Amino acid sequence: MTTARTRKRSTLLTALTAIMLVYSLVPLAWLFINATKSQASLFDSFGLWFSGDFALFTNIRDTLTYDDGVFVRWLLNTLLYVVLGAGGATALATLGGYALAKFDFLGKRAVFAMVIGAVAVPTTALAVPTFLMFSKLGLTNTPWAVIIPSLISPFGLYLMWTFAAEAIPFELIEAARVDGAGELRTFLRICVPLLTPGIVTVSLFTMVATWNNYFLPLIMLKDPDWYPLTLGLNSWNDQAATSGGQAVFNLVITGSLLTILPLLAAFLLLQRYWQSGLAAGGVKD
Amino acid sequence: MAVLAPPAMRRSGPPGRSRAPRRRRSWTGWAFIGPFMAVFAFVFLAPIAYAVYLSFFRTKLIGGTSFVGAQNYRDVLTDPQFWSSFGRVALFLCVQVPIMLFLALLVALAIDSGRLYGKSFFRVAVFMPYAVPAVVATLMWGFMYGPQFGLVGSLNEKFGWSLPNPLGPDWLLASIGNIVTWEFVGYNMLIFYSALQVIPRTLYEAADLDGAGQLRIIRSIKLPGIRGALLIATIFSIIGSFQLFSEPAILKSLAPNVITTYYTPNFYAYSLSFAGQQFNYSAAVAIVMALLTAVVAYAVQLRGMRKERQS
Repeated sequence: MTTARTRKRSTLLTALTAIMLVYSLVPLAWLFINATKSQASLFDSFGLWFSGDFALFTNIRDTLTYDDGVFVRWLLNTLLYVVLGAGGATALATLGGYALAKFDFLGKRAVFAMVIGAVAVPTTALAVPTFLMFSKLGLTNTPWAVIIPSLISPFGLYLMWTFAAEAIPFELIEAARVDGAGELRTFLRICVPLLTPGIVTVSLFTMVATWNNYFLPLIMLKDPDWYPLTLGLNSWNDQAATSGGQAVFNLVITGSLLTILPLLAAFLLLQRYWQSGLAAGGVKD
Repeated sequence: MAVLAPPAMRRSGPPGRSRAPRRRRSWTGWAFIGPFMAVFAFVFLAPIAYAVYLSFFRTKLIGGTSFVGAQNYRDVLTDPQFWSSFGRVALFLCVQVPIMLFLALLVALAIDSGRLYGKSFFRVAVFMPYAVPAVVATLMWGFMYGPQFGLVGSLNEKFGWSLPNPLGPDWLLASIGNIVTWEFVGYNMLIFYSALQVIPRTLYEAADLDGAGQLRIIRSIKLPGIRGALLIATIFSIIGSFQLFSEPAILKSLAPNVITTYYTPNFYAYSLSFAGQQFNYSAAVAIVMALLTAVVAYAVQLRGMRKERQS
């Protein structure tokens, strides 16, 4: 990366950049620290230090069992939306990106223009008409209302397109054709392995988008049994404000921690993939 | 709002003009892109068309639904609540986006300079908030801001400071700006960093030999080198700001009197539809907002490209 003469490391620059590091990590530290407190000590202790008994495990147990284990239900719903929504989005983007990169077909320009144009349309502007359409089709308040709109990721398509353009040499496809392999077989056996870093990157980003989705489920779902975690946590938080509702801030905090852990873990474990995927397929000029 | 759109277009060539002359025009491509386009038509094109259709009608308690032409649009354009919400996100955009992108750029340059201790730790740690759902980020910051067990209260108590209430009317927008900055600074940093990585290192060596200092290298090589990334990050931050919804919607329970039903245009469209059942008017609000977003994003893009040509 650097020139032959390794550049001198600078303590000053490290210290200055560390300010941003602290800014990024303090709220996460706050979340962890406060997930270890009971409801009572939340209110009478300093936010950035531990206090009272170490109640993390009690809190986790309470979070998972509160209201007949509805949190677990929300977690499973989220997983369902992520597996079908983000998984489907990645599959569609991979197929489509491959087509844009490696085939010439009628209407390709139109496809490109529409997809880029679609990126600029605020998703929330689509939400109301989508809701009305889906309610006519009887899809609202079912998992499909959340899954189907998640299937489209213009960003994913774009990333797979640029990635496929670079990762797959035309000669390889030609060679496979000459050998008599069908198009689908060529794609699955030869191209998909070459596309792996791009596929991992797109899956991670679509996964984050689906896991974190709030607006779409908010308008589509009425029944708490279909809520994803984001909506569920917010409903627990609002509960304190409703008359007669029980304040469960310790559960909101612990639930938030449990909600973000899988994503943080996925990003940390798959760093190598998404960083190379983003660098290769992403922004070049 | 995760998008890194066009610059690579120039590299992979404009669509349709193939680099490999051997490629025949065929329908095989459609077999691969067909599934995407089918779902795309269903969840993007159809709702847009439906929104446009809805926006020309109006439902009244007496008389049912009738065609009203452009009346909804005329109403939106003279609706003080709409303009108040638009003004708020415009202000937000002018302050929050530059701060966030500037911080992201500083961190990206610092990491790219190779002078940090533990640079990969920095890169991953600053990016981490991106993986936190907006709901969790807002709840978390809301608690820290909040009167119940907030940090601001404890700090005031502990050190005798008198920090203002972040959820009060004067500071709420800034507090939301802080949440959004926290969420996306790492993401933008990563975009800038990826773009910086692609600049050929030999350019730095040459500049170094010519006696150019680091600041000069940043100004003359690095910043022009990542202009495309800067432009895209700006455009998508603009779109993101105009769409502001989750953060104010979730903070509403903490600051019910400050956050009105028309706090942001999206929140307004949402309230009109789901609290007021005014679907037609809401569709008009959404379309006007989409058009305004497109105009602003397009203007920024034109300006960015003109600069590129000049340099």
